[in-house]
Amino acid sequence: MKLGLVIDLDTCVGCHACATACKQWNTSGTIGPLADVEPYGKQPSGTWLNRIRTYEVGDTPASKTVHMPMSCLHCEDAACVTVCPTGASYKRDEDGIVLVDQDKCMGCNLCAWACPYGARELDAEQGTMKKCTLCIDRIYDEHLPAAERQPACVITCPTHSRLFGDFDDPDSTVSQVTRARGGRDLMPELGYRPTNKYLPPRSGKAVAAVKKNSLLTSVKDWVNKVISR
Amino acid sequence: MNPAFSVLMFTVASGAGYGLMSLLVLAQLLGLAPPAGGRNLWMPAGVALGLITLGLCASTLHLANPKNAWRAFACFRTSWLSREGVLAVLYYPAAMVYLGGFWVSGTVTPWVTASGLATVFLGLATLFCTGMIYASLKTIPQWHLPLTPVNYLLLGLMSGAVLLLALVGDTWSAVRLPYLCLLLIGVAALAKLAYFIRIGKPSGSSIQTATTFTRARVRLLDQGHTADGFLNKEFIFNLDTGHLVGLRSLAVVLAFIAPSTFIGLFARTGQDAFTVVAVASMLAGLLLERWLFFAEARHVVRLYHGDQTV
Repeated sequence: MKLGLVIDLDTCVGCHACATACKQWNTSGTIGPLADVEPYGKQPSGTWLNRIRTYEVGDTPASKTVHMPMSCLHCEDAACVTVCPTGASYKRDEDGIVLVDQDKCMGCNLCAWACPYGARELDAEQGTMKKCTLCIDRIYDEHLPAAERQPACVITCPTHSRLFGDFDDPDSTVSQVTRARGGRDLMPELGYRPTNKYLPPRSGKAVAAVKKNSLLTSVKDWVNKVISR
Repeated sequence: MNPAFSVLMFTVASGAGYGLMSLLVLAQLLGLAPPAGGRNLWMPAGVALGLITLGLCASTLHLANPKNAWRAFACFRTSWLSREGVLAVLYYPAAMVYLGGFWVSGTVTPWVTASGLATVFLGLATLFCTGMIYASLKTIPQWHLPLTPVNYLLLGLMSGAVLLLALVGDTWSAVRLPYLCLLLIGVAALAKLAYFIRIGKPSGSSIQTATTFTRARVRLLDQGHTADGFLNKEFIFNLDTGHLVGLRSLAVVLAFIAPSTFIGLFARTGQDAFTVVAVASMLAGLLLERWLFFAEARHVVRLYHGDQTV
């Protein structure tokens, strides 16, 4: 199995619900708690496993606002695992999920340095590295109804911009949608072969720009307006 | 990258220690040094091991969870950081057998030769591993270069040579230490200048490849949080480009030009004070050089935070 996410950049509205649901679930999950620093102070910060950034793509008037949620991409060639000196970071053979064993991590930050996607954050209070677990404590939990055995971010997304599934199965939703929509890798040139795929925005109809009328049409419009009164 | 002072201390101090010990042992084994004695073996060896130990202790200060530091020896088959740790620990028994062999026999026995070669190999291999920790990171184009481990090795040997000169003076007849110092400073300076030129080239990653929008301009509108988080603090360190030339020049002057000038003056006048000044200037220069090595390194995660290139 090769478990991962598909993220649809066409429909994501940047509401941060995925990040909030992720924090809520994982702060009391297997790697929790996810510490906050000054949560009610002037400079609140903390450990988050999901970050959503917003970009403007293209130039006005043909520009587009794109929201880009990012969590661990569970790379096939995960350098974070290779560089880890303690063996705390590992990639599971059975499903490709990359995890950090909180009991082994010594907080040297080298895995965060090796990650191009900013997916790993050092927990300021525990001194260990935290990252997306793909909600491993949800997806295999047989006490949950089958429909809920998905990562918290996927269940909560109000626009269904996140899909979870097995990329090794060519008939899974994630494989099909990746093929159909041309799912892309982030920074493919580094060769990390990330599992998570990003679907490009659909090319919709261009919004009509304001037209400048000729003198004749302006007069006609004015006459029509006067007559209709 | 945000420079961590403990890592700067570690790499400069242990680099000088490994360089000093390697040159000392090589000189003894090749018969270039006078018969081993207080000033020619125990004192420089003590300083070298002291510097190495000081550096290794400093290196643990940047760990956020040091109680698990002992686990760092686990993954030496894959991790350069683990290899560095394993070699650094193996170094001590090798150096102890070497020094103990001299203590017992007073001359070069097969045991001393074998352990001496092991000491030299382990010391230089540890320095190489330190360089490879940085050079192996594809995420930082300014580090992912063959020049990175070359610089670490050459700067370690260079600082070791200058320290050796300051400790034993120009008393060795078989090898003139001032000239050895000048040679190593020259080679190390050339490699560092080559590094400065090399990192001027832009890398292949950009905000376009990072966001998949390779056919349009991309600008960051919002990073998604108001206060700086771990990523901002660790990876986003902005060096004022106006100061860059000045800082680089200062590093080159302090680390290479001033020490070679003082060593030249020492060779001419024989005043020991010049070598002490040379060591002080060189260590300050190397600390600045190491600070720049971090400050100039631009991690690709900066692309997600709005940088167009790294």
